[in-house]
Amino acid sequence: MTASTAAALDAAAAAGRSAALIGYLPVGFPDVPGSLAAMEAMVAAGCDIVEVGLPYSDPGMDGPVIQRAVETALDGGVRTRDALRAVEAVAAAGGTPVIMSYWNLVLQYGVDDFARDLAAAGGAGIITPDLIPDEAAHWLAASDEHGLDRIFLAAPSSTPERLDRIASASRGFVYAASTMGVTGARASVDDHARELVDRVRGAGAERVCVGLGVSNGAQAAQVAQFADGVIVGSALVRALSADGVDGVAALTADLAAGVGA
Amino acid sequence: MTHLTTEETGPYFGEFGGRFIPEALVPALDEIDETWRKSLVDEEFARELSGLQADYINRPSLLTEATRFAQHCGGARVFLKREDLNHTGSHKVNNAIGQALLARRMGKTRLIAETGAGQHGVATATAAALFGFECTVYMGAEDTQRQALNVARMRLLGATVVPVTTGTRTLKDAMNEAMRDWVARVDDTHYVIGTVAGPHPFPAMVRSFQRVIGDEAREQVLARTGRLPDAVCACVGGGSNAMGIFAAFLGDESVSLRGFEAGGEGVESGRHAARFSGGRPGVLHGSATYILQDEDGQTRPSHSISAGLDYPSVGPEHSHLHDTRRAVYEPVGDAEAMEAMRLLSRTEGIIPAIESSHALAGAMRVGQELGEDGIVLVNLSGRGDKDMTTAAKWFDYIDEGATQE
Repeated sequence: MTASTAAALDAAAAAGRSAALIGYLPVGFPDVPGSLAAMEAMVAAGCDIVEVGLPYSDPGMDGPVIQRAVETALDGGVRTRDALRAVEAVAAAGGTPVIMSYWNLVLQYGVDDFARDLAAAGGAGIITPDLIPDEAAHWLAASDEHGLDRIFLAAPSSTPERLDRIASASRGFVYAASTMGVTGARASVDDHARELVDRVRGAGAERVCVGLGVSNGAQAAQVAQFADGVIVGSALVRALSADGVDGVAALTADLAAGVGA
Repeated sequence: MTHLTTEETGPYFGEFGGRFIPEALVPALDEIDETWRKSLVDEEFARELSGLQADYINRPSLLTEATRFAQHCGGARVFLKREDLNHTGSHKVNNAIGQALLARRMGKTRLIAETGAGQHGVATATAAALFGFECTVYMGAEDTQRQALNVARMRLLGATVVPVTTGTRTLKDAMNEAMRDWVARVDDTHYVIGTVAGPHPFPAMVRSFQRVIGDEAREQVLARTGRLPDAVCACVGGGSNAMGIFAAFLGDESVSLRGFEAGGEGVESGRHAARFSGGRPGVLHGSATYILQDEDGQTRPSHSISAGLDYPSVGPEHSHLHDTRRAVYEPVGDAEAMEAMRLLSRTEGIIPAIESSHALAGAMRVGQELGEDGIVLVNLSGRGDKDMTTAAKWFDYIDEGATQE
């Protein structure tokens, strides 16, 4: 059966949880085996969807925590194909894997080839932080052909026309980037998050997940009240760098409790 | 008023250009695009801009015939478009002043910029001082070292200079950091991209502010020689001085357009910034264009003795001109550029920027091809004062034990 983020989100709701938990880690940090172990631990601790990050030399959307981690991964020689191994590992552990990648890496692998290999590895789709639907014709076709989710971002600055376009181009869920800024844990989750989720739903999106800034179970619980999924990245990366796989497992458990697992 | 073709306004130049950026920036880019397009048909804007060009920037810039230098160019006549005589010392100010005017129209109160050699940072800091904007300039930590005087200039002008310590610590990383700043403060901040790169509308808009170079030069060469030049030479980092001078000649089929990239220590060495010789199409910093990258698409570090050309990407319109063969791009190595710098200094009494020295080295090649009947126009995009530390080291001009307090 093809992996699907919608199925994972719906399963969390059917189990009576207020939202699903989506965790990001970059492949290759601290090294490839270590990153795979951390992703498996996330799944075991209650993470529903794992965002497998493809390290990139120019991560324009990422804050310092993720920048440092992907630099380490690239210095260690991580390759695009390692992300496909991570996807297989997450799927084997029972999680739903999606790729998070800046577009040039997919483009250079070949959009069709990447879609084919991602689907074969058990991946559900791709989150594309620097690809907007306007530039995505090739990816729309490839994702249709291989039955993959295409997860575009929506921002507080997005106009109603843009939200319509994002909602209709997306499949699986829409990623509501709740604050204007780069990735990184924040003391409080922006009030605009709820408003943005409402606007994205109003534009026709069935499922909306919220990312940027969530770092603990209490914040996750807050976001879970209005989102279908809560996305956590930098806080997990920081936990991995400070306390290793055990740190990731502990934070994941806290976050999972927050979303009502 | 001005009428622009689709090719001139973007978002695409053939297969290149576009907008590969976070969704959060789309509305800001749309606002810039709209404000810019309105400005093109607004007589008040045209008056403001041409007033600043005449009374502040020092336009039109001179066209100087370089007769002694020309003896080293196969005897062809060589004309230098003197962007080095602009206020702040390079062509960058043409664009910074234009974008500052747009920023004021959009009600922004803060300008940010990336800079490599520091010329664009200085130009933006200057525009910010003139208009009373707050200003922050991102500069790779390696570049703040090799261009320390420009850092001091920016700070004297009231700008905050942030050394960027991520990645390769050069221009591309400064651009990443400026983008991160912008996405978080897009409400009050305008990002003054310094070259014809980045997401739409920057490549087309920056070209439109630099086109004054080509428009003036075309008239000046015609007036001086009674005909068009055979070739137009410019250095190409991001490519704004080249696009500015090429733009006026695109429709003149007899005019050969020649762009010179940084060949660094040689294309075969891997230490260069020759995107057209050593790169391939991809996406970086918001547009589809030629990029230095590895097999997976990770950006490869560039190298050039000239900080202003040390950039792994290039403006998308250049990629289009390259693929359609309307312009020809060749690498010029560090040593060849430095030799041209010394030659122009000694034959004409003009010290060029190391960036512009790449165009001069190219003109020496092109002049040999054309011979005595040829006319070569060179964009002398900046002056070399900022490069004295590098030049003194390269040519060994500092006396042993000498210090400057």
